Amino acid sequence: MLMFKIVEKRALADNIYLLRIEAPRVAASALPGQFVIVRVDEQGERVPLTIADFDQAEGTVTIVIQTIGVSTRKLCTLNEGDYIADFVGPLGNPSEFVHMSSEELKGRRYLFVAGGVGTAPVYPQVKWLHEHGVEVDVIIGAKTASMLIYTEEMEKVCSNLYIATDDGSRGFKGMVTAKIKELIDVEGKKYDECVAIGPMIMMKFVTLTTREYSLPTTVSLNALMVDGTGMCGACRVTVGGKTYFTCVDGPEFDGHQVDFDEAMRRQAMYRSQEGEANEKHNHKCNCYGK
Amino acid sequence: MANKIPRVSVREQEPAVRATNFEEVCYGYNSEEAQLEASRCLNCKNPRCVAACPVNINIPAFISKIAEGDYATASAIIAEDSSLPSICGRVCPQENQCEGSCILGIKSEPVAIGKLERFVGDWSLENECKGCADITPNGHKVAVIGSGPSGLACASDLAKMGYDVTVFEALHKLGGVLVYGIPEFRLPKEKIVAREIDSLRKLGVKFETDVVVGRTITIDSLMDNEGFDAVFIGSGAGLPRFMGIEGENFNGVVSANEFLTRANLMRAFDEGYDTPIYVGKKVVVVGGGNVAMDAVRTAKRLGAESTIVYRRSEAELPARREEVHHAKEEGIEFRMLTNPTSILGDEKGWVKGLRCIEMELGEPDESGRRSPVKKQGSDFEVECDVVIMALGTSPNPLLKQTTKGLETNRRGCIVATEDGATTREGVFAGGDAVTGAATVILAMGAGRKAAKAIDEYIKSK
Repeated sequence: MLMFKIVEKRALADNIYLLRIEAPRVAASALPGQFVIVRVDEQGERVPLTIADFDQAEGTVTIVIQTIGVSTRKLCTLNEGDYIADFVGPLGNPSEFVHMSSEELKGRRYLFVAGGVGTAPVYPQVKWLHEHGVEVDVIIGAKTASMLIYTEEMEKVCSNLYIATDDGSRGFKGMVTAKIKELIDVEGKKYDECVAIGPMIMMKFVTLTTREYSLPTTVSLNALMVDGTGMCGACRVTVGGKTYFTCVDGPEFDGHQVDFDEAMRRQAMYRSQEGEANEKHNHKCNCYGK
Repeated sequence: MANKIPRVSVREQEPAVRATNFEEVCYGYNSEEAQLEASRCLNCKNPRCVAACPVNINIPAFISKIAEGDYATASAIIAEDSSLPSICGRVCPQENQCEGSCILGIKSEPVAIGKLERFVGDWSLENECKGCADITPNGHKVAVIGSGPSGLACASDLAKMGYDVTVFEALHKLGGVLVYGIPEFRLPKEKIVAREIDSLRKLGVKFETDVVVGRTITIDSLMDNEGFDAVFIGSGAGLPRFMGIEGENFNGVVSANEFLTRANLMRAFDEGYDTPIYVGKKVVVVGGGNVAMDAVRTAKRLGAESTIVYRRSEAELPARREEVHHAKEEGIEFRMLTNPTSILGDEKGWVKGLRCIEMELGEPDESGRRSPVKKQGSDFEVECDVVIMALGTSPNPLLKQTTKGLETNRRGCIVATEDGATTREGVFAGGDAVTGAATVILAMGAGRKAAKAIDEYIKSK
């Protein structure tokens, strides 16, 4: 049985971990914007996670995980040297800009808005653009300073990094949407495209804000999935009044066309059951621990 | 006269019991039962059953060997034409194929050919070493995409010819539709599917799971960089269809593919597994094929009151007759000549019912079946909290998009000849990826034809 080795594990913030996985075939094909599906063990769910980095030479792919359900928690109990059962990808379409010629890319100004654990998949996109000579501004938002991730890495690959925390413990005090307004209205910044990746609710409000400026905005949707190859249709989203499968048609869509309210409702489809499973799992863990 | 013996009925789990578990419904024949049933065969000079079998198994010949108790020879006779008798004996629509044309069926009941095939297949899994064939490697590499029926059949034949075969599977488990689609109660996974795959391993076939060809690797890279001389595409049916009616994205509307994958592949019915499944109290399954029957019977086993809604009449149900019969025994409600017009949701966006319209049968359509026509003003509502759409699939465009020179037809299916040759040299295809959703036996037959064509292609190079 093929297994996938964890070659590096780091805690990035409370309940947020980085795992670097040995998966040469995936590393060789990955591009910014794509995702993988991870299954921790025989009993585990298939969990879709956006790729945070990839290294073709080392044959590794990095993912960043927030522990929210049973399967993500199980993943984060593993350590360097351990193996996970399945790691499949890269899935979905790469970001549109990877198909652009250097002429098309030249002079384009991007604003990335990253929220929480969504900061991780923003990184390979910004890095790719940086390597192709494109100027990128990045806003990273978090509840509080201790929840910020990827700030140092991001600083190295972007032109300007802005940090926004809800409590003002670091950087701008307030929501990322207020920071967008400030950049455009006060600082007079001009952008050709905004890319927002983070919690659905953040992406919804970013698109409402950028619409005021007619700023084209791409979002990356983290819909529920089972197979991730188009077979199940669990990841249906409505974009511009039409139904799409996030896994094969996305995961990136025109944010101004996405029906976020439906997407958020569909994301919560199994939440009550996950709650139960969490309790069951916690209970088990406690018993074994004592 | 042999045909005076009534068809030997097969032992099954009690309907009330099996409707609450996932164990196999049918126990199959034992040796005595199989021999008695085999003795009913008239051994016709012009056996119509053989012509009606998609892979033309020499049916009277293997049945006469069962009657003699010579199961090894019976197994060898089947093996000439089929590589998956344990599976096809369980899932083939025999009533439209071999058994449907059995001469005994005119006046009484046809010979239970499917149950006899299953008996031989299971006997051979128990008693024969399928992987012991004497194989001389010929040094050529062939890649098979997909580990469903067509891929397994193709891989098996190529391995026996001496090819170095690697099967690439997108999911984490091998077997394709045999594992994610067909439920345990109809086709046991460990007892049957896993053992068929093990026998391929013994033939030297290599398997790589978690590889999505078109994403993880491409057909071009397999041929240009990894030294494969030929590729067989058996990637299966594709993306689930929805109706395009109002309310289809409410929480509680799922495709049969999703529902069955959660239950079968991800074993959501098993407490020990983490994958959730939403069953609700009242489930309506829309559709009348085998997938619809599998979904509705799975929902029943998970505790829901379960109903089939189908727009034509019972005579047009495309599902195997045995599945319809089993479903009824298990207490599934059938609402025929009924078509959904919209899905009703509550204020939070969860399904609370289905709005339907009554249908009547009109003129025959291109499929030869009488097409259903709406009865104006006959709208009514069905209360339910889950709607499962089992309406077939449309092809996955991934391989076409990522493979140079691979053409698809207007419906998106891969264009291939009778022998499986596609428009790209060295690339062959078969099964649902070519035909659209069909049967296990047709896919297996296509895989075997392609294996022969691949052998000829490589030898002629």
